[in-house]
Amino acid sequence: MEWLNAVAQGVLIGGLYALFAAGLSLIFGVMRLVNIAHGDLIVLAAYVVLLIVGVTGLNPLVAIFIAAPVMAAFGYGLQRLLFNRTLGDDILPPLLVSFGLSVILQNILLIAFSADSRKLDAGAIETASWTLAPGLTLGLLPLLMFATALAVIGALQFMFYRTSLGRALRATSDDQEVARLMGYDNRHLYGVAMALSLAVVAVAGAFLAVRANFIPSAGPARLIFGFEAVIIGGLGNLWGTLIGGVILGVAQSLGAMIDPGWQLLAGHLAFLLVLAVRPQGLMPRISA
Amino acid sequence: MSDFAVTRATPESRIAALVALIVVAGLAAAPWWMERNSIRVAGEMLIYVGLASLWNLLAGYGGLVSVGQHAYVGLGAYILFAFGILLGAPPLAVVPVAGVAAAILALPVSMLVFRLRGAYFAIGTWVVAEVFRLTAAQVTVLGGGSGVSLPIAIVRSIGSTREMREFVVYDATLAVTLGIIAGIFFIARSRWGLALQAIRDSEIAAETSGVDVAGAKRLLYVAAAAGAAMLGALISLAKLRITPDSAFSVNDWTAYVIFITVIGGIGRIEGPIVGTILFFVLRETLADLGPFYLIALGAVAVVTMLFAPKGVYGLIAERFHIQLFPIARRVAIGAATKGDAQE
Repeated sequence: MEWLNAVAQGVLIGGLYALFAAGLSLIFGVMRLVNIAHGDLIVLAAYVVLLIVGVTGLNPLVAIFIAAPVMAAFGYGLQRLLFNRTLGDDILPPLLVSFGLSVILQNILLIAFSADSRKLDAGAIETASWTLAPGLTLGLLPLLMFATALAVIGALQFMFYRTSLGRALRATSDDQEVARLMGYDNRHLYGVAMALSLAVVAVAGAFLAVRANFIPSAGPARLIFGFEAVIIGGLGNLWGTLIGGVILGVAQSLGAMIDPGWQLLAGHLAFLLVLAVRPQGLMPRISA
Repeated sequence: MSDFAVTRATPESRIAALVALIVVAGLAAAPWWMERNSIRVAGEMLIYVGLASLWNLLAGYGGLVSVGQHAYVGLGAYILFAFGILLGAPPLAVVPVAGVAAAILALPVSMLVFRLRGAYFAIGTWVVAEVFRLTAAQVTVLGGGSGVSLPIAIVRSIGSTREMREFVVYDATLAVTLGIIAGIFFIARSRWGLALQAIRDSEIAAETSGVDVAGAKRLLYVAAAAGAAMLGALISLAKLRITPDSAFSVNDWTAYVIFITVIGGIGRIEGPIVGTILFFVLRETLADLGPFYLIALGAVAVVTMLFAPKGVYGLIAERFHIQLFPIARRVAIGAATKGDAQE
């Protein structure tokens, strides 16, 4: 039962990893940009939620509704002013600019909030849980986190395949020159994609802040978890990303059962195993 | 027959070679004329010149943007300590062993990470470095997560006095870094260099011209791993203590190295040298500012990438048409009579 419980907790934490990954996957899909600063933006979002809670006294999970538009606006500006200048055939500029941004963000957070670890209190929801069987208990917060991941991925999927914005984004992704000939404004669309990505980042940041302690330098590890979920699940498939997050979460949770030092290592090894036997990921995009 | 010749050497490259010879001789003799503190800084600069040259080889010549080279720096340090603590091996003799061991390990690693392309390759290399760091933290004979110091007896085997040891490690670092630069210079001038330039400009075109793209990239990755491990072993000798977090530090051995290469000038041998000098000038003047210094460094790298992607040295070289390392060929009209490079 102990092991079953570990698997269940791993599955639920996988929802958080899928939230880390969804924003990363989205901008890669639209503009082939891998944002090294993605993890640091998640941590930035956690501090934005911290500020909102401090000013308004809202529950951190309610504060998402303010943090998401704020982060989205920041994302749009970031894309228009910074990342759009780096896009082209050469992969080096976007990579290095986002790497520089990562270092800048970490140190701005360090100056503004110090290196002390913070955590947000979401109230009674944190301790509420259901005991399904002796030794198998599901917390309300992890369940809510997983349900949120399902909802976010479902919404992104709907946006991509059922709306005109999604059609425009898919068109620029397939062939940006033809899309421009059809009258789409790439620079604006990329801004919108980054805004969506950072709205998802805001959700992920809020759950990160409520679930455990966070510090300004926590970003790179979040980037790596999200990246691993994307690759395990298969590039370009958001539901695959969720599966990838779940596999990563379960691997870490089982690793921690063997030895606490094995928690992170087990997750990385699961990722490398998938890379070795199925490099296209478990559920690569079926059709273009 | 004709009145032109294809040459590589230029007047300024001959002067540069002479100056370089004097500088190298001066650096090698540093123990006789520099203060201990200056030698420590010079040793650190040499480490960064070496690491940045290797990263430049990967990214600037091979298009392999790794953000996980700290994996091999830390590996080299751990190999040196493992041989010293478990076998009592003389540290300096282990430095080349660390290089060979890293090359052997880099081969299977390359098979995994080469399945990822472009930016995903970058993060994949980072995961590998994390795996190395977490594994090192599990090795209890080498101190686990809290690290270990090199035993006194081993330390004494390098040199009897503290000054003596510092000089020996410094000169070994100079030798390894010069070896790395010389190696890159000869790669750049060889058939491999031509192949790498072709790959950098267009992978598909290179492939169709008969270049073994995958093989060339693998060679680069393995060579860069070997070089980084040797430098990592020397870094640990300068510190005499390792912990997983410092040996596998992403900031120290990857972030700074990338900034140095970008600011100095990516894709040119001179770039990392210029970048290291600029980096240390920035560090000496701004390091007291702590996080502000890192913000400035990140901002300088971003601005460089956006507005001067070839770096400071790239700007200088293009403005004044100079080439200090004779690599690119140029046609010199009327030069054949001077007897330069005629065949």
